[in-house]
Amino acid sequence: MPPTSPGRRPNRAVPVLLLLACLTLITLDARGGSSSPLDPVRSAAGDLFGPVESTTAAAVRPFAAVPEHFRTTNQLRGDVARLEAENSRLTSRLAGTALSRNRAAELDGMLAGSRSTGYALVPARVVAMGPAQSFSRTVTIDAGTTSGVRPDLTVLNNDGLVGRVLRADRSTATVLLLADQESVVGGRLGSSMEIGFLRGRGQVGSNARLDLDLVDASASVAKGDSLVTWGSRNGAPYVAGIPIGRVAAVYSSPRQQSMRAVITPYVDFTSLDLVGVVVDKGTTSDRTVITAEGAN
Amino acid sequence: MSALRALVLAGVLVLAVVLQVAVFSLLSVDGVVPNLALIVVVAAALVRGPEFAAVLGFVGGLAIDLAPPADHVVGRWALALVVVGYLAGRVRHDAGTSAVAAVVTVAACSFVGTSLFALSGMLLHDPSIPVGEALQVIPVSVLYDVLVTPFVLPVLLRLFRRLEPHQVAY
Repeated sequence: MPPTSPGRRPNRAVPVLLLLACLTLITLDARGGSSSPLDPVRSAAGDLFGPVESTTAAAVRPFAAVPEHFRTTNQLRGDVARLEAENSRLTSRLAGTALSRNRAAELDGMLAGSRSTGYALVPARVVAMGPAQSFSRTVTIDAGTTSGVRPDLTVLNNDGLVGRVLRADRSTATVLLLADQESVVGGRLGSSMEIGFLRGRGQVGSNARLDLDLVDASASVAKGDSLVTWGSRNGAPYVAGIPIGRVAAVYSSPRQQSMRAVITPYVDFTSLDLVGVVVDKGTTSDRTVITAEGAN
Repeated sequence: MSALRALVLAGVLVLAVVLQVAVFSLLSVDGVVPNLALIVVVAAALVRGPEFAAVLGFVGGLAIDLAPPADHVVGRWALALVVVGYLAGRVRHDAGTSAVAAVVTVAACSFVGTSLFALSGMLLHDPSIPVGEALQVIPVSVLYDVLVTPFVLPVLLRLFRRLEPHQVAY
């Protein structure tokens, strides 16, 4: 392409053609509905970018622990008096071997979770997070179809529900976080067994909140109630009984005849690392599947 | 030689997109990360002009649209970055000379790019972005882009000057 010299009017044809190409792509992808004609391209790009992202994330992971130290220390400073237990965990983190110890604890927690719920889990790590500028809360995990991960599987960690698998490529998969605005999860309150629909607000970080619309407007909801997943048919996309969060506030509006509760999720979406994907018991995977009977 | 150039350019774009999702996610401010691909496009525009930058913007935008955690309609970032590349290329004769002008160009481009992406999302309901959230995210992303510009832009400008084919004077 010839470089434009100063003072010469630039050639408009190139940008206009590119804009038309963009509009064509957008139309193709947006009109396609559930099965977009661009899906093969997407999955090819996933196979290309996925391994690169996994490698990069693995390379920078040792450094990731450094800001984590300071962030956690700051966050917990105010809570130390109130939360003695948290405090001791914090000191043990500061003691040094932080990252590997946390990993072991997370894995332990997931193993215990698998024992109590009876689900089989494929362990995976979060390698990339979608930027907030793209306005959708998604992450990439380093397990794909070769590890037995399929779309519409539940993803959790030892704190609770993380989200569901949107798309699985060969070695990576894209997970839609609970906090995304498009995410809707059926939830059940632990104390009253009332059910409702949980929607994300698009916020992650320490101020992440989720909105619960209860089906029964006369249900009694108390602050501090815990919320678990209600479960879907055949466990897809969400299996039942996974803790989601606790009620932070309750609003009832007589005009709309509905009850709305604000939920604080148990999971911290900004520091996601080790997660588990709930798979069928007999799934063949290239990595160890964590089951109630122990790892096999 | 030109195949090698294309390869280097593709490498720079892939690197920018991967750093953006896999490394800067650790340093995110409420989920906002610096838009490195946008800074690459602006650098290209300052050195090579609007047409080249528009093409690079198209390819870079497609990379953001297709790289794994992305879940929006394909072509939205491509659209935003084509416009950014073209606009930045049109003002390059002023911005190529001083550092302040270059930083202002990045800030303006970041604002235009992120806003265009948000607007296309609002039009397509993909996802239906509330205006409030967009107004929160856009200033943070502009600030973050400006913050990384002094570290990234000079390197990119030097790279694009090296990659520029030798031209005969008109």
